[in-house]
Amino acid sequence: MTGGAFRRSLLDTMAITLKVNGRVHTLDLDPATPLLYALSDDLRLNGPKFGCGLGQCGACTVIVKGQAVRSCVTTVKSVEGSDITTLEGLGTPEKPHPIQQAFINAQAAQCGFCLNGVIMTAKAFLDKNPRATEAEIQQAMSGVLCRCFTNVRMLRAVAQYGKAAAR
Amino acid sequence: MKPNRRDFLRTSGALIIGFSAGSLKMLRAQGPLPGSPAMNQLDSWIAIAADGSITAYSGKEELGQGISTAQAQLVAEELSVPFSRVKLIYCDTALTPDQAHTSGSQSHPANFNHGNLAQAGATAREVLFRMASERLGVPVERLIATDGVIVVKGNESQRVTYGELVQGKKFGLALDAKAKRKPAAEWTVLGTPVPRPDLPDLVTGKFEFVHNVRLPGMLHGRVVRPPSVGATVSGVDESSVAGMPGAVKVVVRKNFVGVVAEKPWQAMQAAAKLKVNWKPGAALPDHGTIHESLRKLPARDTLMVDSGDVDQKLTGTVLKATYLHPYQMHGSMGSSCAVADVQGEKATIYSATQAVWYQKNTSAMLLGLKPENIRVIFRRGSGCYGCNGADTVTYDAAVLSQAAGKPVRVQLTRKDEMAFENYGPAYVIEQRASLDSSGNITAWDHESWSPGLGGRPGPNTPGNIVTGSLLGFQPAAFAPRSPAPSPGAFNNSSNGVPSYLVQGTGTVESGRVLTHAVESRFFTGPLRSPARLQNTFAHESFMDELAARVKADPVQYRLRHLRDARLKEVLQAAAKTANWETRPSPKPGNLKTGIAKGRGAACVLYEGDNGYTALVAEIEVNQDTGKIVVKRMVASSDVGPISNPDGLRNQVEGGALQGLSRALGEEVTWDHEKVTSVDWRTYHSLPLGFEVPKIEAVLINRTEGEVMGAGETSITLVAAAIGNAIFDATGVRIRQVPFTAERIKAALAARL
Repeated sequence: MTGGAFRRSLLDTMAITLKVNGRVHTLDLDPATPLLYALSDDLRLNGPKFGCGLGQCGACTVIVKGQAVRSCVTTVKSVEGSDITTLEGLGTPEKPHPIQQAFINAQAAQCGFCLNGVIMTAKAFLDKNPRATEAEIQQAMSGVLCRCFTNVRMLRAVAQYGKAAAR
Repeated sequence: MKPNRRDFLRTSGALIIGFSAGSLKMLRAQGPLPGSPAMNQLDSWIAIAADGSITAYSGKEELGQGISTAQAQLVAEELSVPFSRVKLIYCDTALTPDQAHTSGSQSHPANFNHGNLAQAGATAREVLFRMASERLGVPVERLIATDGVIVVKGNESQRVTYGELVQGKKFGLALDAKAKRKPAAEWTVLGTPVPRPDLPDLVTGKFEFVHNVRLPGMLHGRVVRPPSVGATVSGVDESSVAGMPGAVKVVVRKNFVGVVAEKPWQAMQAAAKLKVNWKPGAALPDHGTIHESLRKLPARDTLMVDSGDVDQKLTGTVLKATYLHPYQMHGSMGSSCAVADVQGEKATIYSATQAVWYQKNTSAMLLGLKPENIRVIFRRGSGCYGCNGADTVTYDAAVLSQAAGKPVRVQLTRKDEMAFENYGPAYVIEQRASLDSSGNITAWDHESWSPGLGGRPGPNTPGNIVTGSLLGFQPAAFAPRSPAPSPGAFNNSSNGVPSYLVQGTGTVESGRVLTHAVESRFFTGPLRSPARLQNTFAHESFMDELAARVKADPVQYRLRHLRDARLKEVLQAAAKTANWETRPSPKPGNLKTGIAKGRGAACVLYEGDNGYTALVAEIEVNQDTGKIVVKRMVASSDVGPISNPDGLRNQVEGGALQGLSRALGEEVTWDHEKVTSVDWRTYHSLPLGFEVPKIEAVLINRTEGEVMGAGETSITLVAAAIGNAIFDATGVRIRQVPFTAERIKAALAARL
């Protein structure tokens, strides 16, 4: 696309290699671009979402090297070459991951916008801490928001996955 | 269908509080907008394909409240097919009827009582039976339908499918007002907890929100909002972003400023770098004294009820109390987003608006296009609860797309979402009541002040929200009026009238409710349970104060002043499940230090006719820190026949916790220029992980009668029930929301 009234500059971009859900993508990006934009705009993934852009709500969470990471405040350069997993990387509607199945079982959603942050944060935490107590789960989920307040069902789903993971 | 105040109301929750009823009636008089499928035609609601698959069309959308599941259940039930056979299409101006807003807990009443989708289902069923009767040469009485096949009783080889009967053709028939609905006793799909079909896609990232709409050649827009409330543009230096990578266009129209770029990150940077000179607006009122200042503004006065004898009756033992509520915000989880493709005279708009037809009309106004050349397609956004940024960002995308000549996606920043949305308004409510020697209430006087500005755009007021206003459109006019005229027909849609007055659900004959609507400096709108929540907080807290004054049990005292059997029953049901101990508050024997336990109750008939609900909250107050921990909430609900008990439970639970967050922490703040609660550090929402109370939803199912709304019942009672529980635990009455630890601690310190 032409730049219209403005000159297009390529000086600010470089080839960035991202490994997302097991696939390698090489993208021409400003290295300071937040990972979220590369995932949702360039790779057209629907899982990670822009909620606040400030790392406060969790909607953009992805898992990088086993850690829950806020992709809205993480540059593409900083995760180049790392294994990045998004919500899509866990399971599919036909074959959901056990934590996704737990959310279906508990009918744990209202609008569903926060689900990405809730599920990815809970999975990263429980995979590392399979025997976490209820209080520890609560603490781990205290940086995530659901403004429809589906807390009861979501925490039930997380606990169900936690029990299965601990077995 | 009964034409009533619900239709009247649905035009705007906020306008009804603050502005003239005359303008509302005018809006309603327009009915469905031109070009929308005829409301009385069966083909507008239901189509049956040759393969027997069923498509239903609805003007009520899925926002996350579960209504699409219930609507598909309704159609499946009336047509005797499995749930999975029904495809529901909702809120697309090219396809679906104009049912105005999806709001006000009106979707269920609108489509499940006697008109619209319910009547279409019943009509289609009777038509199919008549067609089958002719085809098979057997009277209708001898036919039964199962799974989309009509068979002759006792001779199942004589059969015909819906697909064979209709053959994909249109019905060409009007809705039949006499077509009989299936009685609840025969339901097999309705009334059951059918799981939501959208969940598998939602939990795996396949679901497409409006945020995920991607059109070929789509550009990304960002708006540059004023740095202060009321600021106007005095100049824009377009050269400040010249040569930026990917920057395509700067758009300035009156006070609207935006940029368009190829990629979101580029648009963000261009928006941040664009030099705009702003002329500041008038200083904002002081946040700390907002409630006092509301009382001094020119007001539009309305008397909701007036028995004419309140001043004479308010003698002897008179209690008086003033309750304060802050401005609060929708604060949607995802900032609002829309995608618009304006090409010459035509436009296609993807929006999370709660009213696609009104969005179509008002977008046409600001684009200078004919409404018939615009198609608005609903795509789900982040949970809304009334009037978040969904409509305003749709205008942003439309204006930027028109200027760029390409499809444009706009998502607001967190700050722009929070600083300019239509807030739930602040309230000052004064209550006075007199008691006789037996402790009965003899008169109740209620007076309130509440600010309003704008609201939902409706069919023709784009200036009711920020983008329309920046583009030069005016918000709905404010006309002060004092004194108030005599009360009109009784209408308690705002729950301004206490439940205990005889005009409503109670026994107290002497009463007066006077409201003062004043102008707001911030846009306001119908935030979940608009006015109903603030009024109910004041009424149900005051009722507790009256009960305490006469040393009566708060539940018994309520029952004593109620005459509506269903409201009594719902209150008794919550009390019973909560093992309510009959005694006056405060709780005897509590110490004045450390943790004190207490319980509180509240009840209301939402909107005066749209959902019976009661709530019991059990709490702990840490008297050293002022922190409240809610341990348990029992929420009872009677909303008529239950279509999907799990969906109802989900609404009751979510409403209770959202109400808890609003009661404990949420408050819009500002300095003398601008809103300062603009992210999740400065606007205090409860997170997902906190000490979540045990919530028990007690559902009373009435298989006869009409359905009522269920989306806003439990939330309406939370602040009152918790305030009453704080009093029970500590003897301290907190009359101002939110119940922050600092506020509680200060009140406890002042305790004698």
